[in-house]
Amino acid sequence: MRRFSWFNATSLTLGFAFLYLPMVILIIYSFNASKLVTVWAGFSTKWYGELMQNEAFLDAAWVTIKVAVISSTIATALGTMAAIVMVRSGRFLGRTLFSGMIYAPLVMPEVITGLSLLLLFIGIGLDRGVLTIVLAHTTFSMCYVSVVVSSRLVSFDQSLEEAALDLGCSPFQAFFLVTLPIIAPAVISGWLLAFTLSLDDLVIASFTSGPSATTLPMKIWSSVRLGVSPEINALSTIMIGIVTIGVITASLVSKSTVARQQREERAAERLSAG
Amino acid sequence: MRRLILIAVPYIWLLALFLVPFIIVLKIALSDAWLAIPPYVPTLDISAGWAGFKDFLSGLDFENFIFLTEDDLYWKAYLSSLKIAAISTLFTLLVGYPIAYGMAKAPDEWRPTLLMLVILPFWTSFLIRVYSWMGILSQEGYLNQTLMSLGLISEPLIILNTNAAVYIGIVYTYLPFMILPIYSALEKLDASLIEAAEDLGCSRLSAFWLVTIPLSKQGIIAGCFLVFIPTIGEFVIPSLLGGSQTLMIGKVLWEEFFSNRDWPVASAVAVILLLILVIPIILFQRNEQKQREANE
Amino acid sequence: MPQDVFAPWLDPDANPIIQFKNVTKKFGDFAAVDDLTIDIYEREFFALLGPSGCGKTTMMRMLAGFEAPTEGHILLSGQDMAPVPPNKRAVNMMFQSYALFPHLSVWNNIAFGLRRNGLPKDEIAARVDEMLRLTRLEKFARRKPHQISGGQRQRVALARSLAKAPKLLLLDEPLGALDKKLRQETQFELMDIQEKTGTTFVIVTHDQEEAMTVASRVAVMDHGKIVQVATPPDIYETPNSTYVADFIGDVNLIEGKAGAMDGDKLAISWGEGLADIIGTPHTNFDKGQTVYFAIRPEKVTITHDKPANPIAFRGKVLDIAYLGNLSTYHVELPNGQIIKAQTANNRRISRRGFTWEDKVWVSWTDTAGVLLEN
Repeated sequence: MRRFSWFNATSLTLGFAFLYLPMVILIIYSFNASKLVTVWAGFSTKWYGELMQNEAFLDAAWVTIKVAVISSTIATALGTMAAIVMVRSGRFLGRTLFSGMIYAPLVMPEVITGLSLLLLFIGIGLDRGVLTIVLAHTTFSMCYVSVVVSSRLVSFDQSLEEAALDLGCSPFQAFFLVTLPIIAPAVISGWLLAFTLSLDDLVIASFTSGPSATTLPMKIWSSVRLGVSPEINALSTIMIGIVTIGVITASLVSKSTVARQQREERAAERLSAG
Repeated sequence: MRRLILIAVPYIWLLALFLVPFIIVLKIALSDAWLAIPPYVPTLDISAGWAGFKDFLSGLDFENFIFLTEDDLYWKAYLSSLKIAAISTLFTLLVGYPIAYGMAKAPDEWRPTLLMLVILPFWTSFLIRVYSWMGILSQEGYLNQTLMSLGLISEPLIILNTNAAVYIGIVYTYLPFMILPIYSALEKLDASLIEAAEDLGCSRLSAFWLVTIPLSKQGIIAGCFLVFIPTIGEFVIPSLLGGSQTLMIGKVLWEEFFSNRDWPVASAVAVILLLILVIPIILFQRNEQKQREANE
Repeated sequence: MPQDVFAPWLDPDANPIIQFKNVTKKFGDFAAVDDLTIDIYEREFFALLGPSGCGKTTMMRMLAGFEAPTEGHILLSGQDMAPVPPNKRAVNMMFQSYALFPHLSVWNNIAFGLRRNGLPKDEIAARVDEMLRLTRLEKFARRKPHQISGGQRQRVALARSLAKAPKLLLLDEPLGALDKKLRQETQFELMDIQEKTGTTFVIVTHDQEEAMTVASRVAVMDHGKIVQVATPPDIYETPNSTYVADFIGDVNLIEGKAGAMDGDKLAISWGEGLADIIGTPHTNFDKGQTVYFAIRPEKVTITHDKPANPIAFRGKVLDIAYLGNLSTYHVELPNGQIIKAQTANNRRISRRGFTWEDKVWVSWTDTAGVLLEN
């Protein structure tokens, strides 16, 4: 049985304190009654109340969610297709260019992606708004999806698909009846990743949106540039809370699934031995 | 046929929304600003055929790039970006390695939780994580309050709006990218190797130095690239935490574009930034390739 | 030919169900299957045996339709299979990894292929239940593949591939993932099911014991070519080459020169100061030609005293491998040749007759071995 040595315990404690203390402080001070954010003046939830009345924030939140849902869904479809092409399609004309275009957006600075897309939208005369943000977000997040899905496809036992063909499936049926249900967890994580990237994005949205559409990060940005604000603290707390609940739930679900599977496998082995 | 559609749909999407925009950037970087708004000369007149193409080509020039070299703001910004990225990568490594090491040596039942704790911040908004430091580092912020109430300092430290704040912000936001590859390298490390080294006469420290560090080299390299590459083009951190003297190329590009509205120069800045990034990206790819081959 | 013996390959009027006609399959420059011609008959249990990389799996994948021959034709019931995709072939395959769909229950795995045929619901249910009975899996119908043991998974894979009543069932190392004891039980189960369903089975294996146990005929493959096709006893008793003799079971191989024929016997000279080996050749050997004499260790007798048999050599015991039911003695002859002799241990070990360094005689009859050209 391994235990924590004092050195490891210290480095972990300090490390995680560094990672979490800023957020904890943020959360605590979001319940501060004072307008002066750095001076504690008693517990209050008034900033949450004010946030809920702030039409501009609510509108921005709605735009953000709309953009995130649409772009991550399209990105998941395109990214999964791209992953299949990368893992399965063998050689085709321009394969190097294709995989280059999949990987490049992952390392491309956001300012460049944003700038280049904006210049495209201006060039073709597309009005900037929700549509252009969706196009931009779909483009960079499909690359993340395809990386996630292709890493699952690489370890996918190809004989499962062959078995489906052997039993009379068309290639199309084989994909939807066998491959997709099995790689579904990777596709779902791809979607979640794309969704989060879209929710988070400030730079690309700033370049590609027009006056008609402001996303939440853009709204936060314009207000935090002026300094710390209690309303933003409250908003941050809500966002951190949602993410934390989501991640913890997801990890508990996957943990219990794995545990159940292991239990059942052990039971099956005992059964055959007995 | 089916295969063709499967390839064509994502391919065309990427061509139209990734490659074409990039070519436009390149083109505009080589164009002259005409009152700094579109259209830019030269415009490509497709109906004029080959002659039109030749006119188009001859209209392109490197004026914007020459401008970049003449105004020392730009090359200072590039150098400063590289310097800030390199220094903060080193800090991230120094902070991240002990954490990754502690995680890898933690009891088995703790590891999934620790791993989740490292990944969790990644899912929360980048902007909020950077913002959270503004309240801590400002002149009347929590850090100064604490230090002054402890009597450690009498005058508030000025950290926010300096490069120091930028380093802190980068280390904080990019820490998971450093921890995860190092952790996965250390986790694979066979504990009996350390025992063997000690058995052969190494002290704990020299065993760490001679065995653990070299065997986690791949993770260290990967982590450093994962921090270094995106940091060069970083915009949010220098804008929120840095001061007016903090020069980073992402910020320069943004200002060139939104404040000065000089699109050709902004495009030229972008092109150079990409050229600078190509080298670390290729090195990173090579490292990954080597690691894959070693695993086979 | 007695009526009750199953040997359609001897009947010139029988129509083969599968015909390989000069089939070649190349991957780049490498010929995995090289100009191969063979017929397989209905109701046969046909084994493709060979080391890994000999082309046996490629042959099977061509039958299933996952690979197309580079040259030549594959005929199923006289029809060229080249234009038929895998999902339209009346051929089913049992995969080495079983390839059970992890997200479907045992019942749904077996029903998977039937559903593709668009059969009515009650017919599918009846057929699935029949398959579950056949493979004794009734109790596990609702389980997912990870909830059952390895042996049960193997039976699900078999039931699934048999459910569509294919003309031909392909089995790719079907027992490779099972432990030895389970494997032996399952071999008999497979033969039983094959007999009950009357399906033609083609099995790919690298395990010679498995091939010998289950198959009506065995094809030994090497480097994309079939070296010998014969029934298990023929393969064992009359291998046509040193490759087959060596691959199937244990064998002593002695190189020598052919002497003169004496009736149906041939004398082989093989070492100075040693008597000629007398053997019974099946083919003609020219005088002076190189001959390989192959003899199974269990056909070599080991004795303390000089036996009456004229083919006998003196040597000393070098090594003893005690296997429980059998013992194998490695006897070194004066010219350095080592002869393996195997005896059944029908007495307790304390009474064992030979020990290391003992001077012994090894001997065999003149029909015990085979004479091979290469």
